Order: sequence, then structure tokens, then C-alpha cells
Amino acid sequence: MPQKAVELILMRQLASYLAMPILMFDPDGTLLFYNEPAEVLSGRRFDETGEIPFEEWSSTVHATDDDGTPLPFEVRPLGIALLKRQAAHRKFWAQGADGIRRKFEATAFPLEGQGGRHLGAVMILWEAPS
Amino acid sequence: MRITLYGTRGSLATPGPETVRYGGNTSCVEVRGEDGTVLVLDAGTGIRRLGATLGPEAGRVDVLLTHLHMDHIQGLGFFRPLDQPGQEVHIWGPPSTTLHLSARLGRYLSPPLFPVRLRELPCRLALHDVPLDPAGFQIGTLRVCAAHVCHPGPTVGYRISEGGVSIAYIPDHEPMLGATRLAGADWISGFDLAAGVDLLIHDSQYSAVQYPHHVGWGHSAIPHVLEFAARTGATRLVTFHHDPRHDDAALDALVDEARNSAALPFEIVPGTEGARFDLASH
Repeated sequence: MPQKAVELILMRQLASYLAMPILMFDPDGTLLFYNEPAEVLSGRRFDETGEIPFEEWSSTVHATDDDGTPLPFEVRPLGIALLKRQAAHRKFWAQGADGIRRKFEATAFPLEGQGGRHLGAVMILWEAPS
Repeated sequence: MRITLYGTRGSLATPGPETVRYGGNTSCVEVRGEDGTVLVLDAGTGIRRLGATLGPEAGRVDVLLTHLHMDHIQGLGFFRPLDQPGQEVHIWGPPSTTLHLSARLGRYLSPPLFPVRLRELPCRLALHDVPLDPAGFQIGTLRVCAAHVCHPGPTVGYRISEGGVSIAYIPDHEPMLGATRLAGADWISGFDLAAGVDLLIHDSQYSAVQYPHHVGWGHSAIPHVLEFAARTGATRLVTFHHDPRHDDAALDALVDEARNSAALPFEIVPGTEGARFDLASH
């Protein structure tokens, strides 16, 4: 497996020190890394799972609006960051691997590396009062 | 490929009787290819002596800068090929998102810090953002790959290959930043540059005791370097970018301690000014 860009390595190191859930994705939506606070969504430690393909990740976490209507990927902050390469913020409900629905605020932003390389996106979550 | 160390000191030139063996000049390494191609890695104060060895027969000279901190460019104004009318010199440096390499180097090579401007040099000078394509690029018989590494500001390391042998030059590097252990290979800064090289010239600035007081400064402690070299499968490790506070005796002690710390899967070689390594092509 080729080495990750140094910008991703530094981002992972920062994420591993922060106390809010942070998830890092490559441009194809593969979940590259998530920190310990984000394990509530995946239900497993990153050391156990390693990278998680987009299909597997999206089938584990179900995002809905207040009415319970599923949110299409392209309107979620992560989808906007990856597909449009724009920062985005939104509240939504998410049910993780533990089956519990939680209301989150999510901020996602694209990672643009040196030389114009699109490296993926980062999503930061805050559990919102429901 | 022949590699000669002209400057092994980090941060600040440190001449004096207590540093004569390891040397006081800052980062500069010459790499010569089988066809006589000359690469100069970094332009610390060691480059002055290197430049004095290059006559007109040297032909084109390429200077590969890892980054633009002062200890890596300070000797540039005293590099003789730059003063030779018609001499072809190429300077490569890490790309910046804001300023071209000439503008960034010009901050130093212009008054009041230096009396001569880049554009006033008589040589045939070309400045390049170094390509970051993993496939690398060719200079003479030498294949050069550059990649970003963990160090404050845009900084690259180099891997240079010829005839089946390769070296990695990563003089300023903090792969353990924010980590208590190195992660999987794909998450280690500099891994692809150093994987399986015959000679790894690597930042070894701090002792284990010093490092906690310098986290984030962009350098490695000796134990970090040993782990990095072991993980990348390097054959020989050359300690480099010595801290100005470490005299010859202190550096000897650090190398001895490293050799005795574990059964190392590579040879550790103290990075001393003037040291030469001949790598025979396979």
C-alpha cells in the first residue's frame, strides 16, 4: 500500500489528539481513519478495522433528517466536501453500529494538498442536543 | 554512485575544536553518478567547500533543496559554480502555494542579507519547483524522487537511484510527531522514500532526553531514527543534522548508545564531515 500524503499523516496525528469525533476520507469516500471518539459510530476500534470502503461504511451508518427521511449522500456535509470540494455544515440524525440514533452537527471540509492535489475530506461531528 | 558528506550539522554552523570530527558545516551532500552527474543535496555552509572542487569539467550542476530554512541555503551565495559565467546550474526546491522558488530564495539572496541578487549571478541559472510525482525524474544517470515529509513548512526528502542502488536523504524529519509509536507503513512520513535503500541519511538531531522539549520543531530523536530505519528496511543509517549542542564526544556517545540499545537490523554509521560512500551498481 503506498504511503499516504504527508498532509493526511499530519491530519491523522491531529485527529488522534482531539476529543471530538473526526473521520478522514479519501476522494473515493473510503474511510481512511477515525479517532477514538468516532468509534461510537463504527462500533469498533480503528486498530481493528483499518480503512473501511465507502460501501461498507455507508451501510453501517444511516443518516436521516428530523423526519427520519434518509439523507442522500450528495446533500450531506461529507458528500458536499467530496463531490463539490466545498466546506459544508448540517444537523442530521445518525444511527451507528450500536443501533442508537443520535443527533449530530457535522462539519466537513475538503483536504486540498500542495500542488492542487485533492486528498479527500475531513468530517468533524458534534453530538447535538436532540 | 558516490556520496560525500560536506556538511552534517543541523540548525547552525558549529565550528570549533570540539566538533572537528563530525564537522561544523550545515547540511550539504554531494552525489555523483556513474556518468559524472553531480547532484548537491542542500546548500548549507558545507556547499562552499564542495563548490571549490567543481571545475568547468563538471558541466551541469543540480542543487536539490529539501526546504528553505537558513541552515539549508546559507551557503548558496558562496557556491562557486554560481559565480562562473556560462556555468549551467539548476536549483530545485519544494513548491510553495504562494511564492515561486526565486521569490523565496531572493529573500535571502538580496540586500540587506546578501550583496548580490539572484538575477545578477553570471551563471546560467534555472530554478524549478521539484516534481512530486512518485515516478520521479531523471538527471543524468540518477533517478530522483521527491516527497513531502513532516517538518514545519514545505519540506521534501529525496530518494536517488542508479543501477539498482539507492539512497534516501531526509535531513529534517519528525516522523514521530504526535505519535507514541510508528503506525502502519502507509502512515509513516518518508516511508516510500526510504523503503529498502542502501543508504539512509537521516535527521538524528536529538537525544531521547532532549526530544520532549522540542516536539514539533521538526526533528527526530535517535530512538525514532532507529525505528524508522528498521521499519523501512534500510541497509545503512547515517546519522545527520547533528544538534549544535552536541560535540564530538557527545555524538560518539549517542552512536554508541544506539548501537548497544538493540540488535539493529542495519549498520549505523556516524555522519562525519568528509565521509564518503561508494555504492556499486548491481
